[in-house]
Amino acid sequence: MDENFNIEIVSPEKKLFAEKGKSITIPSFEGEMTILADHISTITFLRPGIININENKKKFFVEEGTVEFSKNNLTILSSTIIDLDSLSKNAISSMIEESKKELNQQNIDDKKRYIISHKIDCLSQISL
Amino acid sequence: MPSLDDLRKRISSVKSTQKITKAMKMVAAAKLRKAQEMAENGRPYSDKMNIIIQNLSKAISDPANAPKLLVGSGEDKTHLCVVMTADRGLCGGFNTNIVKQAKSYFNKIIKESKNLKIITVGTKGLDQLKREYGKYIIKKIDFKNKKKVSFKDASLVGDEIVKLFKNNEFDKCIIFYNKFKNVMTQIPQSQQLIPAKKEEDVKIEQDSSYDFEPEEDEILEDLLPKNISTQIYKGFLENSASEQGSRMTAMDNATRNAGDLVEKLTINYNRSRQAAITKELIEIISGAESL
Repeated sequence: MDENFNIEIVSPEKKLFAEKGKSITIPSFEGEMTILADHISTITFLRPGIININENKKKFFVEEGTVEFSKNNLTILSSTIIDLDSLSKNAISSMIEESKKELNQQNIDDKKRYIISHKIDCLSQISL
Repeated sequence: MPSLDDLRKRISSVKSTQKITKAMKMVAAAKLRKAQEMAENGRPYSDKMNIIIQNLSKAISDPANAPKLLVGSGEDKTHLCVVMTADRGLCGGFNTNIVKQAKSYFNKIIKESKNLKIITVGTKGLDQLKREYGKYIIKKIDFKNKKKVSFKDASLVGDEIVKLFKNNEFDKCIIFYNKFKNVMTQIPQSQQLIPAKKEEDVKIEQDSSYDFEPEEDEILEDLLPKNISTQIYKGFLENSASEQGSRMTAMDNATRNAGDLVEKLTINYNRSRQAAITKELIEIISGAESL
């Protein structure tokens, strides 16, 4: 049996990634989740975190997104997705700064607060 | 009969206009390629989004509890129309065609004595609408200072619409834009955003039963606002490709017209020059004869 399945990462601007892969770990909204071939059909959405394809072969940072898996085709739709290879230390720290500012605003609800604080956590853990 | 000097001036002015229109055509052609590429690259995202939403809405068992963005507010009183046009002119019938389509819809709404609210995106549409429908316009958005419209800009518009909907400001949302068919033809489109229309012709395999995590309605709650931004972004992309295509054709025509005009003027100029020379000769000859 084929252990690989199709992975497609699509942003509104373009297709970022389309290859076959063995495994993918995604930061699903309810916790991290690793998908292998022949997983049950799933739809879920993402919180800020790292998408890890083929055990550290390729990594992306996402803030939000939607994932669909069916019949060994995995599609990730996200408008805020960045290839970790193209991310510099300065960019990360400025993103953290920005999120911290956002967190200090008064008019955000709990869900948003949770997402932003998670984003900060995740960003500060990235090591290049 | 204009003097020779006038004709010469006119010829040179038409020639410089021709140079401008030719340059604009070239620029539009280059931009068109880019815009077309972007529109094509953006297609998979919105298509996939559509499929996921279709799948999700099929999975919803209890329509009464379904998110309002999907099924609508249950009423049909206030219509919000988003008219998307360009920020720049000189692109043939591009802006006028959208506005025409929008106006006929507005008149229908007003005739049925429903409430009308308008959001204009792009300054050209605003200019054409504000005299007649100025009191209905609730928001004006333009991207004049931006070179390229990104997804972020689209989601700003999308968020605004979702916010208005949550405040019960309208029941139905329709967007107007030009769909890019090819360089020669752009089709003005109206598309209903809220409630999301179910597409019957999209066939989804029966055996695709999904495992949802978290629940369907929670995903939908998250996904539907994004879908609205996506649809608007798609409208933007189609629009910018159409705008460049339309400009290219318009400028091509203008260049050709200017060429024709220069030709005509040159013939005119040569004839009057010849006439002047002949006249001078006759004067000399008749002067010599009278001696």
